[in-house]
Amino acid sequence: MKDRFNLYRFASPATFYPLAGAMIPYFVAVSVVFGLAGLWLGMLVAPTDFQQGEGYRIIFIHVPASWMSMFIYLVMAFWAAIGLAFNTRLSGMMAQALAPTGALMAFLSLWTGALWGKPMWGAWWVWDARLTSELILLFLYIGYMALTAAIDDARRADKAGALLLLVGVVNVPIIYFSVKWWNTLHQGSSVNLAKSTMATTMLWGMLLMAMCFWMYSIAVAFMRVRTIMLERERNADWVKTLLAGGEK
Amino acid sequence: MFKIVSAVIGRDLKLAMRRQADIVSALFFFVIVVSLFPLGIGPEPDLLRKLAPGVLWVAALLATMLSLPRLFADDHRDGTLEQLALAPHPLGLVVTGKVIAHWLVSGLPLALIAPVLGIQFDLSADALVVLTGAILLGTPALSGIGAIGAALTLGLRGGGVLLSLLVLPLYIPVLIFGAGAVDATVSGLGGEGHLSLLAALTFASLGFAPWASAAALKIALE
Amino acid sequence: MLEADNLECVRGERRLFKGLGFRLEAGELLYLQGKNGAGKTSLLRMLIGLLPPEAGEIRWKGKAIKSDEFRADLCYLGHLNAIKEELTPLENLLAAARLAEEELSEDDAIDALEQVGLAGREDLACKYLSQGQKRRVALARLVKEKRPLWILDEPFVALDVGAVDWLAGIISGHLQRGGLAVMTTHQLVTIPAGNVRELRIS
Repeated sequence: MKDRFNLYRFASPATFYPLAGAMIPYFVAVSVVFGLAGLWLGMLVAPTDFQQGEGYRIIFIHVPASWMSMFIYLVMAFWAAIGLAFNTRLSGMMAQALAPTGALMAFLSLWTGALWGKPMWGAWWVWDARLTSELILLFLYIGYMALTAAIDDARRADKAGALLLLVGVVNVPIIYFSVKWWNTLHQGSSVNLAKSTMATTMLWGMLLMAMCFWMYSIAVAFMRVRTIMLERERNADWVKTLLAGGEK
Repeated sequence: MFKIVSAVIGRDLKLAMRRQADIVSALFFFVIVVSLFPLGIGPEPDLLRKLAPGVLWVAALLATMLSLPRLFADDHRDGTLEQLALAPHPLGLVVTGKVIAHWLVSGLPLALIAPVLGIQFDLSADALVVLTGAILLGTPALSGIGAIGAALTLGLRGGGVLLSLLVLPLYIPVLIFGAGAVDATVSGLGGEGHLSLLAALTFASLGFAPWASAAALKIALE
Repeated sequence: MLEADNLECVRGERRLFKGLGFRLEAGELLYLQGKNGAGKTSLLRMLIGLLPPEAGEIRWKGKAIKSDEFRADLCYLGHLNAIKEELTPLENLLAAARLAEEELSEDDAIDALEQVGLAGREDLACKYLSQGQKRRVALARLVKEKRPLWILDEPFVALDVGAVDWLAGIISGHLQRGGLAVMTTHQLVTIPAGNVRELRIS
């Protein structure tokens, strides 16, 4: 009972605002550490690939970005479900705060995929299952952001966006399956980044970069959610006190 | 339960019959869009035959998109949507009725006219049969999924375009299996696999979409 | 039979009201009053179940209102007429009754339309009627309405004096039969029968 009570306290924007603010520098710092470690492993330590030369190193950005784009969508869907079930304001704000970063990850994944594809197969874009699914995921992100932007009332925007996310999350496996089916039928080329024998350093490099992107995403999401909180709760007492007393 | 669904279908069909211009123009849109492709690509029969399933399906998706805003917007504007939400029945059942009526008035005509257009692309008789079957089987899913988008964007400015942005990614599986069925028939592999997947999609969306749409409508009606 | 407890309403980013409650029994009419934007329409939408309150509870016959049973007892008339322009007044009334699972014979429907002064126009598509006539089609629903709870949002707007008296009579009859009504209006209308209570939102 006491635990639940505490949790609901943190669900209040007034409590979460300073808490998030205090945590941001730590997440940024950890992200930088992971990033440096990952880039060191990826750029310097991991061996040159036999077939693909140095150009393959872009997978250290491409793969973590793909993972994060999927992961962030799932996290957004999780907050959407919480928000609809418990009618908490903060859940909707978190989902909206995460969306641009998720879209960025998807875009980054596509762009690095193209940069990788050009020297490898001579084409800027290849209609393989994973890249195509990533593109559709980007459309889902943009759809969510467009919908929430088009609705003036913040609560309705949260709820409508949440519903769209839940519908989307159910559809993502279906879309992925159908795209894979389409790809195998038409014998499209397969971007085979995950080779069966991957050097341990490469795997570690990707994991470290993924952690870097994850910490970065949390830091940026917290920054964004604080802005959203200020904007939405601008008439609340705690905001007025905060702005009068100077930035905390 | 069946009573309310058929009551809603009857009502929507009666209204559609008195406003036939809407239905006919969506149908003509389908015909025009399909005719644009050969004009843009060139009249070689081989090329057209290959492109036909995809072209016909994409045009069907777009034609369905055109008719989706009508699903709830008219009722919302004159206050009847509220009354439907206040009826002593689950809103999901009401929406099921509206989705079925929408399909009867937009999806079914597309399926009936598609074989005629398929002839323009020199599709074989087998392919035409599978094409008609696939469109018949897949358009209910389009109406169902589209209803979710229409409900989410109810009353919003930029409605039609926003609706397309939300719904077209979700249509992709239907497109893939629908066009794939015809492709498979043409290449001799048989379209049964695709058609069964398409049927699964339609049943799943008819079961799931009305309730998601009802939830979206309640959010829009607050 | 209709109870509201500790209702709170937040619209946009403003709190419209908090701690609002009332109890309404059979034969009683609740007049909702307050300035424009005070929250009258929001309260009505809470009572019909379309707007979830930020806090508090509403009960009909002791049970929560999110149910088919509640909606079977509810008749709501809002600003919009809720009629389809392509249908005739007669078709509109019959369709509304069918949707509400109410028995309404064609004769009764025609009689209701006569009472609102639309005799002879029952079979004319509503798009050919004037605004006032369309409003009367909407009001005609109340003539034979048997459901116990009426929630009316500014029902007297744009009615002439005779029509105001007529509608007041209809509402009185409803209250006398043991019905309940919640109403917002800017005009002070005297309802001849029934217990009238007032609730001011500020």
